[in-house]
Amino acid sequence: MDVLVCVKRVPAPGGKLLLTEDGLSVDTRHLGFTIGPHEECAVEEAIRIAAEHGGSVTVLSAGPPETEEQLRYALSMGADHGVLAEVGATELDPEATAAALVETIRTLESESKPFDLVLFGNETADAGHYQVGVRVACALGLPIVGGIKGIELVGGQARVQLKRDVSDGVEVYDTPLPAAAAVKEGLNLPRYPSIKGRLRAKKAPLRTLRPTPEPGGLRTVRLRQPPEKEHATVVLGHGAEAAEAVVDVLAEKGLV
Amino acid sequence: MLLVVVEEQAGSLSGGSLEAVSCARELAEGSAEALHAVAFAENTDHAADLAAPLSKYGVAALHLLTGEAMAEYCPELWGRAIAELIEHTDATGLVGPASDRGNELLAHAAARTGQPFASNCVAVEPGEVWTLTRLRGGGILLEDAELSGQVRIVSLAQGAVEPVEAATTHEVAVREFTPTLGESLPHSSLAERTSRGSGITLATAPVVVSGGRGVGSAEGFAALEELAELVGGAVGCSRVATNNGWRPHSDQVGLTGTKIAADLYIACGISGATQHWVGCMGAKTILAINTDPEAPLVSRADYAVIGDVHDVLPAVVERVRARREAAAS
Repeated sequence: MDVLVCVKRVPAPGGKLLLTEDGLSVDTRHLGFTIGPHEECAVEEAIRIAAEHGGSVTVLSAGPPETEEQLRYALSMGADHGVLAEVGATELDPEATAAALVETIRTLESESKPFDLVLFGNETADAGHYQVGVRVACALGLPIVGGIKGIELVGGQARVQLKRDVSDGVEVYDTPLPAAAAVKEGLNLPRYPSIKGRLRAKKAPLRTLRPTPEPGGLRTVRLRQPPEKEHATVVLGHGAEAAEAVVDVLAEKGLV
Repeated sequence: MLLVVVEEQAGSLSGGSLEAVSCARELAEGSAEALHAVAFAENTDHAADLAAPLSKYGVAALHLLTGEAMAEYCPELWGRAIAELIEHTDATGLVGPASDRGNELLAHAAARTGQPFASNCVAVEPGEVWTLTRLRGGGILLEDAELSGQVRIVSLAQGAVEPVEAATTHEVAVREFTPTLGESLPHSSLAERTSRGSGITLATAPVVVSGGRGVGSAEGFAALEELAELVGGAVGCSRVATNNGWRPHSDQVGLTGTKIAADLYIACGISGATQHWVGCMGAKTILAINTDPEAPLVSRADYAVIGDVHDVLPAVVERVRARREAAAS
C-alpha cells in the first residue's frame, strides 16, 4: 500500500489574525506554522496503514520553500518521503493548487507506480475551499468521499471502506482501490514525533518539483476582519446563586 | 439561466436550501436570467412535494435528476449528473447550500465541469464577474473575491441570508433529466447507513449544553447531560474534552467539529479559543459559565455566570424542576 498525503502549511491557529497592509494575506511575521488538524490525522492514518499493511507514505505539499518545515514534521511522525511542489509565496486559488498537485503527482507516478490511496484534509484550516481534494481525485480518475472519520482496507487490500458522520448518524462508503479520501479530525489521535523521528527527519532528503499551474477563476481581492458583535456581557451572578437568573434566561427562550 | 441545488429534508426542503434559493433568485433577477432548481430522486413520484414549496420562491422550473443512481447519495455520480445538466441546459451559474453534502456535491460538479467554485459565501453580487464575500477558517476572516468563468459555482454559508419568498407565486414546471453518467466513471457506493436514533442532533438542536476543560472529567458531563435532557437540548464539547477522551469527537463544537446554530448555547468551563468560537458563533444567544471572568468566551457571551460548573449546573437543574412543579400545581 503506497499512500500519498497532501498537506498545507497554514498559520498556527490561536488568537486574532492580523493582516498585511494590502489586505491580501495574513501577517505571518509573528506567527508559527503548522499543518491543519484534519491533515495531521491524514498523515497519522497513512503511517498506521503502511505499518499494518506494508508499503510507503509520501507527503506532498504545494507551497513556498518554507513548507519544508511541515514536510519534515510529517517525516518525523513516520512518513517515508517528502515532496515539495514549490509554487511561491502567494497563495494559489483552489483550481491552481489542484493543478499543481496533479502535475506533481503525475510526475511521481510516472517515475514509480500509481499510489493506492491518496489522502487529503477535508478542508484547509485557513482558506477552507472544500474542493482541492475533489479536483485532484477527479483529474486522476479516482473516486473520493469527504468528511471521513474511519478508513478500513477490505477484500485483501483491493477495496477500502470509508466511514463518515452525518447529521443524524453514520454513513459507510465502499470503493475499489486506488481511491482518495478527504478526512476529518477525529479519525485518530495523531502521535507526537519521537526524538529519533525528529533526528531522522532533520537529515532526510526532500524532493522539490516546480509545477506551473494556470490561475483559476476565483481571485482574492482582499481579506478583512469580520465585524465584532458589539455588545457587553451581562454577568448574571457568581456560583450557585446565579441559578435563578440562568433559569430566567431559559424561561425567556421558552425552555422552562 | 441559473441553477440552484435544493436538499430534501423530512419530506420538504432544508432551511439551507431555501436560503440558497433566495440568494440565487436575487442573483438571477440582477442578471435578468431565469432561476431553475435541481433535485435528485429515483423517479418523479414525489416531484410535486418538492415543486410546491419552490413555487413561492420564484423558481420557474425544477430539474429532477432521476435514475437508479440518483436514489441514494453518491458524491461522484451526483456531481457528474449536475455537470451533465449544466451542459444540457447551458446554465451560467450554480448555487447551493454550504452544508457538508452541499459543498461536496458542488466541488464535484465544479471539478467535472472544470469551472471555478467559491465555497461558504455570505454575500454574492451578479455582474460580468460575480463579486462575493466568503468565510475563511470557518469565519475567522472574510475574503472578498471575484469569480469568473463560463459557469460560476457558489455555496452559501448557513444563515448568510434570510429565506424570503418571491413577490408572486408561479407554477413550477417539473422537468425530468436522466444523466448518462458514463459506464467507467470511478465512484464509491454507500455500503451502510446507520441512524443515531436520537431525534436531536448537535447541528440542529435548539439548545446545546457544552463542556470543556472546566468540566474536569468524563463523569463531570453527567451534570450537562441532565440539563440538556431537561430542556430538550444536545450535549456538545470543546476540543480539550475530546482530546482528553471525555467525549466522542462527534460531540465536538468547533472549526474541525460541528458548527451549531442553536437558539441558546450554554458553554460550561470553556475558555473559547478561536477554533471553538467559530463553531458556536452561529448560536443566537450564548451563556458562558466559567471560573475565569477574563476568559474569551465570557467576554464574547451574551450572559455569563462566574463560577464552577459543578456548583452552578446542579443549582440550575434544581430551579428548573422547582419552577415546573410550581407551574404544574
